[in-house]
Amino acid sequence: MNLLKSRSARAAAGFVGAAVVLFAVAPLVLSDFRLGLLAKYLCVAMVAVGICLAWGRGGLLTLGQGVFFGLGGYAMAMHLKIADAGPGNLPDFMQLYGTATELPWWWQPFANPVFALAATFLLPMAVAALLGSFIFRRRVKGAYFAILSQALAAAFAIWLIGQQATTGGTNGLTDIQGFFGYALDDPVNQRTVYFIIAAVLLLLIALARQLIQSRYGELLVAVRDSEERVRFLGYDPANVKLVAYVVAAGMAGLAGALFVPAVGIISPALIGIVPSIEFVIGAAVGGRASLVGAVLGAIAVAWAKTALSEEFPAAWTYFQGLLFIVALAFLPGGLASLATVVRRRRAAAAAEKKAAVIPVGEAA
Amino acid sequence: MTGLEIRQLRVSFDGFTAVDGVDLDVRPGDLRFLIGPNGAGKTTLVDAVTGLVKAAGSVRFGGEELLGRSVHRIARAGIGRTFQTATVFEELTVLQNLDIAAGAGRSMWTMLRRRKGVPEPVAKAMETVGLTDLADSPAGTLAHGQKQWLEIGMLLVQDVRLLLLDEPVAGMSHDERQATGSLLERISAERTVVVIEHDMDFMRSFARSVSVLHAGKVLSEGTVAEVQADPKVQEVYLGHTAAEATADVAVREA
Repeated sequence: MNLLKSRSARAAAGFVGAAVVLFAVAPLVLSDFRLGLLAKYLCVAMVAVGICLAWGRGGLLTLGQGVFFGLGGYAMAMHLKIADAGPGNLPDFMQLYGTATELPWWWQPFANPVFALAATFLLPMAVAALLGSFIFRRRVKGAYFAILSQALAAAFAIWLIGQQATTGGTNGLTDIQGFFGYALDDPVNQRTVYFIIAAVLLLLIALARQLIQSRYGELLVAVRDSEERVRFLGYDPANVKLVAYVVAAGMAGLAGALFVPAVGIISPALIGIVPSIEFVIGAAVGGRASLVGAVLGAIAVAWAKTALSEEFPAAWTYFQGLLFIVALAFLPGGLASLATVVRRRRAAAAAEKKAAVIPVGEAA
Repeated sequence: MTGLEIRQLRVSFDGFTAVDGVDLDVRPGDLRFLIGPNGAGKTTLVDAVTGLVKAAGSVRFGGEELLGRSVHRIARAGIGRTFQTATVFEELTVLQNLDIAAGAGRSMWTMLRRRKGVPEPVAKAMETVGLTDLADSPAGTLAHGQKQWLEIGMLLVQDVRLLLLDEPVAGMSHDERQATGSLLERISAERTVVVIEHDMDFMRSFARSVSVLHAGKVLSEGTVAEVQADPKVQEVYLGHTAAEATADVAVREA
């Protein structure tokens, strides 16, 4: 009981600390440009929160979160493009290379802001529910699941590129000007977008924490470690995994949606295989089973990417790959597990010392 | 209380018939031992009853047909099993393991909230299997015998009416075997228990009835004394094992 109390007290302190850093310190210390970059990293961290749940807790190596990030991002960007164009006009890229004289039918609902906002997370969740129920009932798992989700990311990006007239193709949806009536080139509005992103991130972390600490969270770990055993207890593991997968997809969708006003663009290059893997690397390095680890890892790796790829654009890719492999091979729990690993090593070393002493004592 | 009724059960893998037309009745409240040489089809029989392998024939428990149902539905019908190697959730505590086992019928709302305190059936099961002091230890740190007890405890909180245990005392010390045996006796007062076992001493001490399987068929059935007196059994099985058991005793006495 005491342990529980101190744990939730520590979590509350952590939340307050994070809120102070995000809402007070960062806007004071960072320039507008750097704050904009931080907003982008926080979006990546939102995806990592979902990955922590699905992969860290549920054992689902989601190598295709780009799909859900993209669905959320495109849902938001479509609405913003329609709003930018104004009533009766087509978005700029459609006028440029489209032959259409009116908005395609599947664009039309996105003119409604409520529909578009709901779609940013409900659409990815619905797609994940559909895919997941098929995948998990067929008992696809492990590496096969990872490869399948990665193939989906590739397929989605390729499809987007092929539909240039309606999706903007390789360029994506670019040059987004306004965000629900506010001009995005105004630094004050950019700052507001940053605050929204920071608030949503904290909210998602709180939601994930509640899920992880709940009975469902315990069951999810049980499914990860021994799916067959859970089945013999009368649960359907497919449903347990499905919930984590769908929640992670919704989080990635929200991240994609908020990424659009922060960066002003969404394109296939931001949601394909490479970005999908990058989402996972941050969580892996920081510690996939730990919320704090996954979030800080995601922010750190995204920051390192900006910092290092400016200096060494060619070497960064290799470095990133190396980081992933080293983390998985030598520190599967990520940096978050470093303290535990060191403590265990020390305890083991101490036990060895003790064990070495006892026989001598017995002999004497 | 309801019994298990198996009729003409047949399981084949790629032309090899592992279970070949088995008829088996286990009365409610029985403590039945399934014995037989390696490859006799004991574990496959349990796999078929719990839905892990496809089988032909009929398996009824409490009048309900089980064949053709999925694993988790059979589990919900009140049938639980353990495996030869104890499979508990190593990273979760004893309490969490038991709480999960107790919860297959929980509502969505209960699942999404935190566990508060220790549910009554879980506390009772911990008491029964003697793991109350270890409630907050990760299951991965338990000794081998304790893991087997935890598994049995999980079946108890799952409130199964039929327990199928696959070699529950393998690798246990003498004292642990005795403790497990009397635990099974207590459990079978309220539930039906079927135990697959190789250990003849353990079988003699605790079995209420015995079925001998050989080459996928039931060779003999009855009380321990009846089965031991059956010449067919002596021929294929007990003669061999009796010698082994004597050797065992000799080693222990030495």
